[in-house]
Amino acid sequence: MQEPSIPDIIQLIPLKSYLILSTALFVIGILGVLIRRNAIVIFMSVELMLNSVNLLLIAFSSYKSDPSAQVFVFFIMAVAAAEVAVGLAIIVMIYRNTRTIDIGFLNKLKG
Amino acid sequence: MYPIILLSFLGIVVLFLGFAKSKAILLPATLLFLAVALVGNFVEWNQGTIIYFYNMLAVNNLTLAFNGIVLVSAFMIVAMTRGFQDDDEAQPAEYYAIMLFSLVGAFMMIGFENLIMLFLGLEILSVAMYVLTGSDKRNLRSNEAALKYFLMGAFATGILLFGIALLYGATGSFTLTGIQAYIGQGNPSYLLYGGLLLVLIGMLFKVSAAPFHFWTPDVYEGAPTIFTAFMATIVKTAGFAALFRLLSHSFTGIYDYWWITLAVITVLTLLVGNIIAVYQDSFKRMLAYSSISHAGYLLIALTAMTPQTENSILFYSMAYSVATICAFGVLIPLAREKAMTGKPRETYEAFNGLARNNPLLAFVLTVSMLSLAGIPLTAGFWGKFFVFGSAAERGIIWLLVVAILMSAVGIYYYFRVIMAAYMKEGDTAEIRVAPFYKIVLVTATIITLLFGIAPGLFTGLV
Repeated sequence: MQEPSIPDIIQLIPLKSYLILSTALFVIGILGVLIRRNAIVIFMSVELMLNSVNLLLIAFSSYKSDPSAQVFVFFIMAVAAAEVAVGLAIIVMIYRNTRTIDIGFLNKLKG
Repeated sequence: MYPIILLSFLGIVVLFLGFAKSKAILLPATLLFLAVALVGNFVEWNQGTIIYFYNMLAVNNLTLAFNGIVLVSAFMIVAMTRGFQDDDEAQPAEYYAIMLFSLVGAFMMIGFENLIMLFLGLEILSVAMYVLTGSDKRNLRSNEAALKYFLMGAFATGILLFGIALLYGATGSFTLTGIQAYIGQGNPSYLLYGGLLLVLIGMLFKVSAAPFHFWTPDVYEGAPTIFTAFMATIVKTAGFAALFRLLSHSFTGIYDYWWITLAVITVLTLLVGNIIAVYQDSFKRMLAYSSISHAGYLLIALTAMTPQTENSILFYSMAYSVATICAFGVLIPLAREKAMTGKPRETYEAFNGLARNNPLLAFVLTVSMLSLAGIPLTAGFWGKFFVFGSAAERGIIWLLVVAILMSAVGIYYYFRVIMAAYMKEGDTAEIRVAPFYKIVLVTATIITLLFGIAPGLFTGLV
């Protein structure tokens, strides 16, 4: 018996469910960015937003039998890794100077 | 396409030049490389539209002209970076290399044909800017600016990407032509509208339009001034080129849907940028709000989306970039010479008595402020003229009224600096400026005046 292909497995679940799931993850990410005070947690929320996009792209790609979105996902992952490198460097730099990563302490710049 | 390859390669060369014992070679080498890229850019001039890399990137006269503006701005800003050599903490080789790499991102945004390239270009430009913003490592203000810019930028990227995913879900394609063809079929899916809205929000974040502007003043104020100038000119020019390309090549079919959204954002941007700028005490922060208000003027041209829009955006970006470089260029030596407590003085008082102290700097400052305010005989006047003309052609009169009222408000805060420089008495410590620095400022002033007297010279080129 032949193994079912991955697009077939993905298509066992209706497209609408993927859309709802990734929108929910995306909204959780946005709320995390807006509400949390810790720079690392905000950063994790941004990653959650990016990964919800990856999930959505893969679902669309499987339903449309079009590989270009899967290529896009690789680009997103690579760019996100580069962003993590820069972002963590900035957070470490701030920690060295202030001994905290709570964004409430960032109030040197005011109008 | 050549400048992308050239600068990717030459940026690495600059990094290796950093191993040399003397740092003196870095500045001339970087300027040479930028000149090479500028020549390489115009090799493809007047050859029609050329498509590269399997429909990923397009090159035509318009994208080449935008590339030219970005390259010339970068050339001027790099030429003003002599200060790196006095600072032991500075890493000039890395700064120059990152600047060159960020330009590659700008070119990709200007000529993208596929949304993958838009995303990559935006990220190459943004990640480079996060690093440059935080380059003053021991300075808490610079740290804070870098973290704010980074978190807000990454957030905006997430929103942009979700929009792109929804657009793909609706159209099944990442290419501009594919999206246009899908809209041409009529009766588009609701995913398309949601996707377009999110992509617009993501892009407007990057060009700092209200209500997505709140990071701008803090980041502009905290970043080292030379990189603020880089941000205010190159990121904004590339961002508007990309927005124009996206809207004009793909979404003209549903113009009725997005123009009202964009018009509301334009009015908000104009009001917020101009009115809050009036209440600033810091010149640098005023320039940040001024950059928000200029984003508003550029948005007017996008909202109108007439056949003249491309030329008016091009001219406005040029006039705005040159004038902004002049303004920051005057601020840098002034803030350095007048630094008393280690913290640079960037308030309006720093300009007191500038005309007696250094008449050349005062003149450069005056011309750049007049150009930003849109007074006749400067390039800024014609920029505003073309932008308002496109709105009048489309018949959006209420937008035009708001814009003209707000540019009247703008005259108040731009003239405050000129008044401080000419009317008020200041301390008489002499301000010394390197000859090369003077040449850059004078050239930029001449460009502003030349295109202010004869705008046809520029518009005739494209």
